[in-house]
Amino acid sequence: MSDMISGRVWKFGDNINTDLMLPGDVHMADEAIQARHVFAANRPGWVDEMKPGDIIIGGKNYGTGSSRPAARSLRNIGIACLVADSINSLMFRNCVNFGLLALECPGVSKLFPEEGQIAEVSLEDFTVRNRTTGAELKAQPVPLNLLTLMRGGGIYPVLEREGLIGPKKAVPKTAKVSSGHD
Amino acid sequence: MGMTMTEKILARWSGGGPVKPGDLVVVDIDAAVFIDNTFFPVYWREILKVADPGKIIVVFDHRVPAPDRQAAAAQVVGREFVKKFGIKRFHDVGRDVGISHVVVADHAYALPGTILVCADSHTCSAGAFNCAARGVGAPDMIYAAVTGKTWFRVGETVRYDVEGRLGAGVTTKDVFLFIANTFGDHANQNVEIGGPGLQHLSINARRTIATMGAEISADFTIFEADDTVIDYVRKRNTKPFEAQSPDKDAVYKARRTIALNDIEPLVALPDAVLNNSVPVNKVAGEKINQAFIGSCANGTLDDFAIAARVLNGRRVADGVRLIVTPGSQEVYRQALRAGYVQTLVEAGAIVTNATCGACSGGHMGVLGPGEVCITASTRNFKGRMGDPSARIFMASPATVAASAVSGVIAHPGEFTTEALV
Repeated sequence: MSDMISGRVWKFGDNINTDLMLPGDVHMADEAIQARHVFAANRPGWVDEMKPGDIIIGGKNYGTGSSRPAARSLRNIGIACLVADSINSLMFRNCVNFGLLALECPGVSKLFPEEGQIAEVSLEDFTVRNRTTGAELKAQPVPLNLLTLMRGGGIYPVLEREGLIGPKKAVPKTAKVSSGHD
Repeated sequence: MGMTMTEKILARWSGGGPVKPGDLVVVDIDAAVFIDNTFFPVYWREILKVADPGKIIVVFDHRVPAPDRQAAAAQVVGREFVKKFGIKRFHDVGRDVGISHVVVADHAYALPGTILVCADSHTCSAGAFNCAARGVGAPDMIYAAVTGKTWFRVGETVRYDVEGRLGAGVTTKDVFLFIANTFGDHANQNVEIGGPGLQHLSINARRTIATMGAEISADFTIFEADDTVIDYVRKRNTKPFEAQSPDKDAVYKARRTIALNDIEPLVALPDAVLNNSVPVNKVAGEKINQAFIGSCANGTLDDFAIAARVLNGRRVADGVRLIVTPGSQEVYRQALRAGYVQTLVEAGAIVTNATCGACSGGHMGVLGPGEVCITASTRNFKGRMGDPSARIFMASPATVAASAVSGVIAHPGEFTTEALV
């Protein structure tokens, strides 16, 4: 796996909450349905515009809110990396848990004035560079063990290998799903 | 260098050496609380081994009694898990069910100076007991069950000292809204609370603030353990514990004093909690369709007492639905004995069984398109309590009860001139 990631950026602001990424009415639906509803309330149609390999640039306190696995939905739609001015620690945990690369980089929302610019993220020295403008910033380093989990699909593959949990089971396909948040 | 309460608890359970902001620590947990949501197929993974069944607690709370087949199926999976590993602290639908954080408080499962995790963001509620408790992800819970451990990145700490007493019609929900409105998010920071004003705040009043710590993105929200806390826990749990106080030379990112006398009733405007509150009078007169009092933040006996005081001898306004949901069946029983349930039901409130219910938009009070709700619960995000076009104002139980009587958002001072807390 390359230590340099680059991709087109999408910008989201401060205090982006988990419910926007994983709405309550699909909270218990299967992963594919959840993935279709990312940012459905605040940016309808975005999941059709974005492409796998794109990068999200967030503001302060990204992912505030519930324990629901918003990070898994971002991973499932193919987001290559989340970089934000700061990330809620429960959101960050779920990035580790579900294998979404996530970096905190104070000032990154200003480093990318426009959507569609290209970000280059180095996982060797945690530099985040705007290829379009040439400006760059240092992100906060992620400890190696957490980075390894983020890049290796999260915690479940580790627990499976160690024989501590059973295999993933398919979610029964039912028309109606419970709503409700945590 | 001295340590804060959070740092001392994390240090003790990660091997004893000092910890400081920026460290990554692996800690022994004292309690892992599983909720019904975790047993839904989209989250659950079969656990083949458990480190210590005595450290696991299972509480069905978000969807009880099961409102649909999916919830019922998840509860079947949960019951099988409990049986397979012989878990004793199991709170199934029945006498001792409730919102997990409230059940944890009812039974003093969160011991001062220990670490507790649960896959719900409001787990920080147990910080009122000097417990390093926080919400984690479902995979963290499974990891904690099989290994008995979890990890934390140690953040910097903001210390709040409260002094004085709250005025008439004001509750600790207003104190929280003041903090959220004035200081904004505390992402990657711990919040610690102490000071001379604590002596006037009940355990329930403190729990409201601790629970709401999730809404300012605090890593932990930990209160100092005074005699009130120690006595409460000792009466309910015989296990030994060691509460932690901050070192005199603990290092804080910031230290702030909150004068309780200066707090006034506030309302958070729809869609966001942070930097989004105004004094009640700024939105007084806004017509409402639903009023809700409940959740892990405001489903305590104190909240019932406050609502009953406002509603005593009055009626819920025509066109308004007042839904009141106790935090646990234990709270329900206490509210029955105190006569609060009678007062609320006479006034026209619907009093439900204990569950997360309307707070989480799951059942029993879901909002329709374009409706306006004022809620004493945890969170007012767009779409949280139902249709995304519904507008959710968030306030104290006193303000919500006053609004239910008025049919519009109303200041609680019109209905009670006494101190509520």
